[in-house]
This record gives sequence, structure tokens and C-alpha cells, in this order.
Amino acid sequence: MTVIGWFQIFLYCAIVVALTKPLGWYMTRVFNGERTFLSPVLRPIEAGIYWISGVDEKREQHWLTYTVAMLLFHVGGFLIIYSLMRLQAVLPFNPAGQSAVAEDLSFNTAISFITNTNWQNYGGESTLSYLTQMVGLTHQNFLSAATGIVLAVALIRGFARASMRTVGNFWVDVTRCTLYILLPICVVFALFLVWQGMPQTLGAYVEATTLEGAKQTIAVGPVASQVAIKMLGTNGGGFFNANAAHPFENPTALSNFVQMLSIFVLGAALTNVFGRMVGNQRQGWAILAVMGLLFVAGVGVCYWAEAQGTSTMHALGLTGGNMEGKEVRFGIVASSLFAVITTAASCGAVNAMHDSFTALGGMIPLINMQLGEIIVGGVGAGMYGMLLFVILAIFVAGLMVGRTPEYVGKKIEAREVKMAMLAILVLPLMILGWTAVGVVYPAAVASMANAGPHGFTEVLYAFTSGTANNGSAFAGLTGNTFFYNLTLASAMFVGRFFMIVPAMAIAGSLAAKKSIPPSMGTFPTTGGLFVGLVVGVILIMGGLTFFPALALGPIVEQLAMNAGNLF
Amino acid sequence: MLREIRPAIVLLLALTAITGLAYPLAMTAIAGTLFPVQAQGSLIEKDGKVIGSALIGQEFKDDKYFHGRPSATVAPDPNDSTKTVSAPYNAANSGGSNLGPTSKALADRLKEDMDKLRSENPNAAVPVDLVTTSASGLDPNISPEAAQFQVPRVAKARNLPEDQVKQLVTANTEGRLLGVLGEPRVNVLALNLALDRIAAK
Repeated sequence: MTVIGWFQIFLYCAIVVALTKPLGWYMTRVFNGERTFLSPVLRPIEAGIYWISGVDEKREQHWLTYTVAMLLFHVGGFLIIYSLMRLQAVLPFNPAGQSAVAEDLSFNTAISFITNTNWQNYGGESTLSYLTQMVGLTHQNFLSAATGIVLAVALIRGFARASMRTVGNFWVDVTRCTLYILLPICVVFALFLVWQGMPQTLGAYVEATTLEGAKQTIAVGPVASQVAIKMLGTNGGGFFNANAAHPFENPTALSNFVQMLSIFVLGAALTNVFGRMVGNQRQGWAILAVMGLLFVAGVGVCYWAEAQGTSTMHALGLTGGNMEGKEVRFGIVASSLFAVITTAASCGAVNAMHDSFTALGGMIPLINMQLGEIIVGGVGAGMYGMLLFVILAIFVAGLMVGRTPEYVGKKIEAREVKMAMLAILVLPLMILGWTAVGVVYPAAVASMANAGPHGFTEVLYAFTSGTANNGSAFAGLTGNTFFYNLTLASAMFVGRFFMIVPAMAIAGSLAAKKSIPPSMGTFPTTGGLFVGLVVGVILIMGGLTFFPALALGPIVEQLAMNAGNLF
Repeated sequence: MLREIRPAIVLLLALTAITGLAYPLAMTAIAGTLFPVQAQGSLIEKDGKVIGSALIGQEFKDDKYFHGRPSATVAPDPNDSTKTVSAPYNAANSGGSNLGPTSKALADRLKEDMDKLRSENPNAAVPVDLVTTSASGLDPNISPEAAQFQVPRVAKARNLPEDQVKQLVTANTEGRLLGVLGEPRVNVLALNLALDRIAAK
């Protein structure tokens, strides 16, 4: 670990915090339907979309209608991706002549993109046509991100409103989020990325003759436009197989730094949107503080572990940390930082191969996802995930003092706590359930690339990443098999929608409640005590649930490595 | 609920047209105008032929060139399409080794590469990036230490004084951005092109 390494980490955190407030201000205006500086350009397009699709933007929806609209929207998105993948061979924009993608892989990928997971069982440059990448994947990167954000906003409205039956209009929210927030940032961001060296072309793959006379086929494509939204929307599905480690998908240290920022900015800004909408920005900062504490702790451990290197390397006299599966331009610190960010948020882009991380370094991404990706989290998903934990923490605090718990003026009652538990229980059910199947079913066992405890961790990581809608992988695992294509699709689907529906039920029930003014007995939710309590609840819940599985994987691997055992 | 079906179809198609077609096509047009070189993949041409990309590593085995990092990329086996064969620096199928910290295969590979490098230059410590595979298998860079490590071999193969080669490495070393971001590095292809230019003189 070096001073300059820690300075990069500090700089990163400082910029994220500095952007939280202005972006939160802007996003609040967008979701309140107010005018913004982009309205002169975008308002006519927005109105046109409502007109042709028959949306009355003044009409708000009950939480159930809002949820059904969201689900219908995803059925359509699924059909678009699935058909494009199956038909890409006969459609235009296919200069590399990619053939139709197999049924199970198309199914997995379509589920993967509508759930904002972007698990890559496909290898971008070797499987997909440009049309599939653009119309199938880029568009769903926008829409699954917008969906996450608007669901969080609907839940925030539940807290902010009183005695109301509605939580907003899904169609209006999703259109405004796409047009006013995601698209403008992506236009600027994509051009910045091209400037840094990212290709953006519809031309065919380039045939080069290297200095030594060998042939090299260089895959190119419309990369920058997809990568911009892939990062900003915490999607993470790479244009290339190696994702953000590929020099075309992340050419420089600067492109890497800005990509890391883009993973966190919208998620962090949503805490400020929450504060503004409930009428007290300090409520938002308190939540960001919870996230920040967990984040910095994770970065510290991961950076330390990777800088240490492995005992195999020490025995050979290699110093300078664990560079296996890392790129020189990023080095140890930017690779470790990226790994923690991408799993704290539900991004899943990688600029280094997590499978080759040290046992403890690779455990941090795993823990981040198992806690439910609430450390800033996926755009929107992190915010509603965190609010579920806040409800539990408030409930625990209420039990301790024997009062009905309240949060930002709303009584938290049995229905909310039950729904929050229902949503949170999805994680262990899918992660531990499927991992147990994956390590005994022979066809699944054959997919492991590494032997010993590391092989177990590969399986655990896959289902953790799928359920948490992350999409990063211990990529040695051969995921493109019938077993993994179907089981991971089920983990992704349940992990996304079985969390969303209870969260929306909470939004509806909170919006209908009366708002009660704070009294002497109200537990203050803007101070250090509250922050500590929420951090504690998150760690205890996560620890009790996943520690046994972690003990079988990364922890025992670390002990084996120290003892000099290889597999 | 029935009235949600029309927007589910029409609004989805409208947003798909904007984000999936209009946006990437507009970006392609604008990027091609503003940054034509980068948009095409930062290609390097020599005598009218593309010899590679400034950003993509390529395989060097000859003693007279600086070598990049080991690459774990693969290609489909021409004899059996269900299998893959090693194909270093395959820029149409990026990827890493994915070998874990307790992998015996990784330990064996490290030892083998270490022994080879130690016999090549017994006087210096082997830099870690020269024996570890990169995440993409296409890393265009090596650390300045890894370049300096190879100086005696390259100088000998080219009959150049070591000092001259050393200077060339220093001249091709890029530092951190603003002294903070990233890591010091050397672009292997650029360095080798510079070497060839000296030879041509």
C-alpha cells in the first residue's frame, strides 16, 4: 500500500461526495416534474412520447398499477433482446457475421439485462452482432437503470407523502429519467470516452499484421455509446469479454477514474433526493454515511490483501502485489478500488479478474453483494435496498425502547417490517440454495475452473452475483452451460423482482399513512447513533446469514494458502 | 390495468428507438468527426498497412524486441470447436487466466517463467508484471522495471550499447496522470517501433 494509492482513494470519495448535492438537486426537480435547463430541447420529445403512447402525465398510479406497468415494460424488453439474439444472423449491422445465439444463452442474457444484472455468459466480441449490442443491450441498459431509479423514487415518495393512494406514474417517471438524466450525461460521457481512446464505429473488425509478422484480428465496434450507460446505469455488461479490463473498454487511468465515478454518482445522489423529498437533507447524508463507512472498510481490506500478494509469489521472490489478472495501467490500487465499487454498487463491470484476486481480496466483493448491494448500490436498487435495512434497524430500535418505531414521520408497523424481511430473505434463499445445488450436481461441478475451496467460491460468487443483480464473476467458472444458464436466470429474476414487489408494497402502504410530527420520544435518524445502528444491523444480518458459506470458501482458502497448500 | 398495455408497447418501442438506435448512431457520427483516430481503434499504419492498435498489446517473441506480459487469451480449436487452444494476444477474444491464489497451475507457470527470465538476466529481480497474465490478455503496457529488466537482452540482440536502449526506455515511460492517477508504464509496441526506427537509421 502506498501514500499515492490512498490519495487516489481519497480523491475518489471526495468527488463522489461533492457531486451528491448538485446532482440530487437536479434529479429531485426532474422527478417532481419541474422545468430544467434541458426542457427547451427535451420537452417536445417527452410530450411526443406521451402522445403516441397514450399516457396521461397528470394521472398518477396506485402502487400496484405502478408495479404492473413496470413488469409489463420488462416483458417487452425481454422479448426484444431474446428475438434480436435469435435472429441476429439475418439482421443488419453484423459485419463479423455472428450466428444466432443458442436458446438457453439468449434466455439467460435477456433475463440478465432486464434485471440490470448483465451477467456475461456470452463473450461480446465473439458472440453478438452490433445490432444486438445497440438495440438489445444498450437500450436495456438505459431502461433497466431507469426502472431501478424510478422504483427508488416511488418508495421515497411513499415516505414523503401523507394520506395518498398513489406513488407517481411509472411511464412518466421512466421517460423523464431516461431523457433528462441518463441520456444527456451519456452523450457527454461517451464522447469523453472516445477522446480517451474508446472505439465508436460500425466498421468491421480490423485485420492487422504485427511487427513480428503475425496476424491479429482486432475487434472494434460502437463501444463508447454502450460503455457510457453500462457504467452510469450500474449495468456492467461489457462490450468485450474482458469488460472494463479490455484496453478498448477502458483505455487510460483517467477513463478508469471517471468510469468509477460514474458507477457511484447517481446512487449517491439518490440519498440526497431522499433527503430533499422528505424535507430534511440530513436524513440523506445519514444514509450516505452508513454507505461510506462500509465502503471505506471494504476498500481498506481489499487493497491491503492485493498489495500483499500470495504466498506462492512470496516463495518465488516476487514483490509488488498480486498482479495476476490485473492491468499495468491500473495497478493494484485502481484494480482493488474498482472491484469494491463495482460490487458495492450493482455494476459488475470489472477492470481486473476477480477470480485471480487473493482469497481475502476476493471475499470483499462477495460480501458487498451478499449484504444486498446497499453500499450506494445499483442505481435505485441500492437506495430501496438500504431503506429496507433502515426499516429493520428502526424496528430493532423500537423494540429496545418499547415504542412503535417511526422513520421520517411515518409509523413503521407490522406490514412494513414483514415486507422488508420478505425482500431481504430472497438473498439467502437464492444464493445459498442454488450454491448448495451447484456444488453437488455433477454437470455443475464440471464447470469449476479451480480446484479446492476456490472452486466452491466460484460457484458461490456466481449465484451471489446473479441474485444481487451484479453481473461480475469469478470468470473461470464456465457459465455458458444449460444448468448455469437456467439457474442463474432464475436467481437474477427472483433477486430482482421478488425484492421490488415487497418494496413497492411498502411504498404504497407508507404513502397512505398519516405523517406524524417528531416528538420527544422520536428516535433521531440523522445522528451517529442511527448510523451506527444501521451499520450494525446490516453486518449482523449479513454475517449471520453468509459467514458459514464464506468460511468454506475464501476464509479456508486463505488459511490453506498460508499453510502452503495448493490445489 | 388494461390501459397500461398500450404504453408498455408503444413507449417501449419509442424509448428503444431513441436509446438503442438514435443515440449510438449519433454518437458514432459525432465521434467519427471529432475524434476520427480514436473512434476507429487508434490504429497504427506502417507503409500503408495496419500493424496494430496503439492500445492493444501484441505478441513479441523475438529477442530483439521488448516482450509484453504473458497473455491467457484463447481461440477455438480448429480441430474441435468445443475446445479452445492457447492464442496469446487474441484481440477478438479477450480474457484472463482466472487462476486463483492457491492454484497449482498458476504456481507452476510462475515458476517456469521465473526460471526462464532469471537465466536471461540474473542480475535483477524479476518484476511481477512480467510473469503474471493481464486481465484482458491484451495489456499494451509493462512496468518501467519490466522494460529495464529486458534491456541487456535487447541490446545484445541488436548490437546496441545498453545505455542507448535504457534511454529509449526512459523516453517511452509514461508517468501517472497529474502525478496521481494510474501507474507508471511503458507501451511495448511504441517502444519496439522506436527501436526499429533506430535500426533503420
